[in-house]
Amino acid sequence: MHADRDKGAGTGGGAAGSTLLSQASEDAVAPYTEGDPILQVRGLAKHYPLTQGILFKRQIGAVRAVDGVDFDLYAGETLGIVGESGCGKSTVAKMLVHLERPTAGAIRYKGEDISKLSGRALKAVRRNIQMVFQDPYTSLNPRMTVGDIIGEPYEIHPEVAPKGSRRQKVQDLLDVVGLNPEYINRYPHQFSGGQRQRIGIARGLALNPEIIVADEPVSALDVSVQAQVVNLLDRLQAEFNLSFVFIAHDLSIVRHISDRVGVMYLGRIVEIGSDAEIYDHPTHPYTQALLSAVPVPDPTAREHRERIILHGDVPSPANIPSGCRFRTRCWKAQERCELEVPLLAVPAEFRHVDTPARHDSACHFAEEKRVVPPEGELEIPGPAEAPGDGETSEAEGDERS
Amino acid sequence: MLLEVRDLYVEFHTREGVAKAVNGVNYSVAEGETLAVLGESGSGKSVTAQAVMGILDMPPGKIAGGEILFKGQDLLKAKPDERRKIRGQEMAMIFQDALSSLNPVLTVGQQLGEMFVVHRGMSRKDAKAKAIELMDRVRIPAAKERVNQYPHQFSGGMRQRIMIAMAMALEPSLIIADEPTTALDVTVQAQVMDLLAELQRELNMGLILITHDLGVVADVADKIAVMYAGRIVETAPVHEIYKAPAHPYTKGLLQSIPRLDQKGRELYAIQGLPPNLTRIPPGCAFNPRCPMAQDVCRSDVPPLYEVDEQRRSACHFWKETLDAR
Repeated sequence: MHADRDKGAGTGGGAAGSTLLSQASEDAVAPYTEGDPILQVRGLAKHYPLTQGILFKRQIGAVRAVDGVDFDLYAGETLGIVGESGCGKSTVAKMLVHLERPTAGAIRYKGEDISKLSGRALKAVRRNIQMVFQDPYTSLNPRMTVGDIIGEPYEIHPEVAPKGSRRQKVQDLLDVVGLNPEYINRYPHQFSGGQRQRIGIARGLALNPEIIVADEPVSALDVSVQAQVVNLLDRLQAEFNLSFVFIAHDLSIVRHISDRVGVMYLGRIVEIGSDAEIYDHPTHPYTQALLSAVPVPDPTAREHRERIILHGDVPSPANIPSGCRFRTRCWKAQERCELEVPLLAVPAEFRHVDTPARHDSACHFAEEKRVVPPEGELEIPGPAEAPGDGETSEAEGDERS
Repeated sequence: MLLEVRDLYVEFHTREGVAKAVNGVNYSVAEGETLAVLGESGSGKSVTAQAVMGILDMPPGKIAGGEILFKGQDLLKAKPDERRKIRGQEMAMIFQDALSSLNPVLTVGQQLGEMFVVHRGMSRKDAKAKAIELMDRVRIPAAKERVNQYPHQFSGGMRQRIMIAMAMALEPSLIIADEPTTALDVTVQAQVMDLLAELQRELNMGLILITHDLGVVADVADKIAVMYAGRIVETAPVHEIYKAPAHPYTKGLLQSIPRLDQKGRELYAIQGLPPNLTRIPPGCAFNPRCPMAQDVCRSDVPPLYEVDEQRRSACHFWKETLDAR
């Protein structure tokens, strides 16, 4: 859907690295120009203090939930962030929409650091960065009607829609997300999970934001409903030229929706690149293990597919291993991994070759290894043969009835 | 045959009316075999399993008909204390959410050992030794020390291993695993599924795996039963169903999942929503969402047609569905 963007995004890792350097040296806000990343995240960290004592609290350590995350988001693209529970991906999402304040680092929206804003300036920025939450059952107030839920952003930002036009606006939004505009006076419990998620999405769209941060938006939904919501997000992105930060643990969905993908482990991004670079040419051992662990919907794959089974659990973010944080579960770990923190950059061996393996990967011993069977090797019927393919509107039409 | 469910009907009496959760389900599992029961929430896959285990909440639930034959004995006619003996010793269940299935105020050692005290009449001391042995077997490191810990002190993956250990404790011949890895991360899910498969081979158990994940099914199952609105709509050996589904619902499911090996174009989405179980549509329950529906689908409930010796499909147009690929 963003073929024009893909090329630039593919090399985005390298380009991002250089912008980071130049910006850091100038230490000034470069004016935002078209084509620059709309969102730049640099050294983002969130540490939650661990304290001891009741009267005289002293800090005995910190849970380093997010510990130095860098990425860029371009206008109109989708950046997927994957990782296992506890890797800090949701904390990143919360910081992006200012629900949590970063301990360190910068979030630059069009060149301006928004992480330390407050008051009126913050309010203005927040309008442009909206969130869709994971659980459509708890993120909608059960005592408010759908119209009030979707219209509430206008109470806070009345400049977007004057009072008289709000009802019409809300009905338009319902229509956009494929719900019957006449449902405006219903309550959340009268809707199914998929429909509720559509309401959550409509609320996210209400203020015409430029960026939507979606934290596991489909993981609470049934398989057949997931596809409907994923298609809706795809369509909305094209329609409104939205930039998405799409956070999920389901690697297949992330590949489907993302232009670029970042893999997180224990508070850091360990590998980032275009979807093909990450899924077909991963160089970080964690990415490889993660991809090889995903069950593939093809029974013939189970015999010949190589599985990397990781041992043990993710270490506690309160006690992060020295050096490379993945080394405790890595089969390649050596002394160097214990002593030296690997940086997120293009590994030296790929730096001067033109290969899809040339993307940022935080590993001392990065090597390319294909773990997902190449396209076409799986035997299940592909989406191309689907009857009535491409007609999302049909599905939505049905939900309206 | 180890377990045979024949024409099972389960309904729930609620204020909104009678919800027909299971409407004539047939399936069977042999020793050493893995049957995957695939379905979305509300398809009746868990309710069927609960009826087999004898842990259905009655009321509001009610078994309205059918037979559950376990090693030839009809469990629905068995007395409660007979059933209690079978449960745990002969068949065991692994639940989705290990944290809420374990007792938070007892150590894992006590909970594992309880099986041996109750069913085998062991002393507490022997039972604890057995518990340590079991924890070793499901590869929990430092089992000797950890046997005295409480469930909250374990990670999600380890809690699920403890659940597996508990189910395996008395070496049952049938295990029912209800979404055993849904709450786990993929790398941990792979560990747990591996462990489960290994123990199954070792003990030659029958395994019923209840899941909504087509990937997990492809990885471990021998045969599949796809459920929709309380009925089995298709059963087949695992290889065939992925290659050529014979029911439009199965086909839709397979086509609607995003793929790891390719960047998708628009996903195929099954229209609409699963039906409300108090108002299942007449004819084929899938007809309002089916791209192939004809008049006959709206009037006649399709029987389970025989596609071949091992395959059944509850679709009037199973032939067309097979050919359409």
